[in-house]
Amino acid sequence: MQRVAVTGLGCVSALGMNVPAFWQALAAGVCGIRPLTLLPRDKLSIQIGAEVNGFDPGSHFEPKRLAMLDRFSQFALVAAREAVADSGLVFSPGVASRTAVILGTGVGGKTTDDEAFWKLYGEGNPRVHPTVIPRLMASSATSHLTMEFGITGPAFTVSSACSSASHAIGQAFSMVRHGLVEAAITGGSEACFTLGTMKAWESMRVMAPDTCRPFSRGRKGMVLGEGSAVLVLESFERAQARGARIYAELAGAGMSADADHLIQPNEEGAARAIEAAIKDAGLSLEQIDYINAHGTGTQANDVTETRAIRRVLGSLADKVAISSTKSMHGHALGASGALELAATALALHHGVVPPTVNYTEADPECDLDYVPNVARALPLEAALCNSFAFGGLNAVLALRKAPA
Amino acid sequence: MSDVEKRVIRVIAESQQIDPKNVTRCSTFAELDIDSFDGINVLFAIESEFDISVPDDDAKQLRGIADVIDGVEKLLAAKQSDSES
Repeated sequence: MQRVAVTGLGCVSALGMNVPAFWQALAAGVCGIRPLTLLPRDKLSIQIGAEVNGFDPGSHFEPKRLAMLDRFSQFALVAAREAVADSGLVFSPGVASRTAVILGTGVGGKTTDDEAFWKLYGEGNPRVHPTVIPRLMASSATSHLTMEFGITGPAFTVSSACSSASHAIGQAFSMVRHGLVEAAITGGSEACFTLGTMKAWESMRVMAPDTCRPFSRGRKGMVLGEGSAVLVLESFERAQARGARIYAELAGAGMSADADHLIQPNEEGAARAIEAAIKDAGLSLEQIDYINAHGTGTQANDVTETRAIRRVLGSLADKVAISSTKSMHGHALGASGALELAATALALHHGVVPPTVNYTEADPECDLDYVPNVARALPLEAALCNSFAFGGLNAVLALRKAPA
Repeated sequence: MSDVEKRVIRVIAESQQIDPKNVTRCSTFAELDIDSFDGINVLFAIESEFDISVPDDDAKQLRGIADVIDGVEKLLAAKQSDSES
């Protein structure tokens, strides 16, 4: 078995167009939740979101290529370019055929889907554009990444709602670890700010009208986000041989299914995924210093997640720093696990835990240390990153600090 | 240059983001670097421009601009006679 290094990071989110902007905002506790600009607010009761503001597709892509790219593929490509450049990895033909591309997305090309079918159903236009299918397919971003870098190894897309990116990264990790590939480009992308999607979320009554304040008393729900984060993974041996900078070791992955309910979270299922990740990474409970929580800000998730962490860590849970960075970059659904793993890798790299912002008052049912509002300098040895999806599909990833 | 020819050249140039000066009646799709999927996008633009439907079997025969112009003229003539009858 190979140890797996994270050697490249890229991201696009409500906190900015690249990793330096992302980290700066996380470390400063900047909230990227703002009034919606992509949707007609007069048709919505929820007026806020964590949109990627100021994203100019024309500055990243030629017009002819852009015609083939849904917004979720655009985000993935921009994040992947940054991650690959950051890693310094060069895809010679020998490496390209031994590299995987595995991305997660919850719903794929939703903007394309929405616009095309509004023209058909709403406006009565009888023609649907021939680029609609290749833009909306959930695997579109993955295909574009293979073409961008000439990657000819295994490539596919994983979908498990809010755990999509974490399952994708877990799969890529496993392939590098077992020597099926030498390197992987992995992560997630989501862009589903459409009127239909937003109305559907509103109808579930899980959306906060004010802001996202995970684990805090007075929290009112989640805030939808969008964006992409991409990581370059490679074997330690390979990374060290070429003198690459290693942000962190991806040490383990734990997955589970609740087999219980499509919407309600489940303490036992979440705990089993956390436990499995720790065991897979070969970590002891005492080594866990930080957990980047799923922390959506809904009543149910935050209490259930708190109990699941307690269930696994016992009294050690009180000593662990826990934060939900969704309070800053919103809930980017199928991209969220990647954004949060990037945040966790950066936390290990910098020795700084990003906070849970918008936290106002302790909730007796959420009784752990959530690093409220202000980042904390803390030398970290190992960290977990939780994703618990609708439908009870859980994925937890474990990171260990890179050897000096 | 007929009105149909002018419109066909303009629509193809726009949909493929190429300079209309480089598009003539004699240009083939291969010369213009229009691959089979680009060709499907061209047909979408042409159908929308002229409000016609190009049958799949006819679409497969198209090799260049002249074929498109001739095909559009035929379909417009058929539309005309349909509306008169």
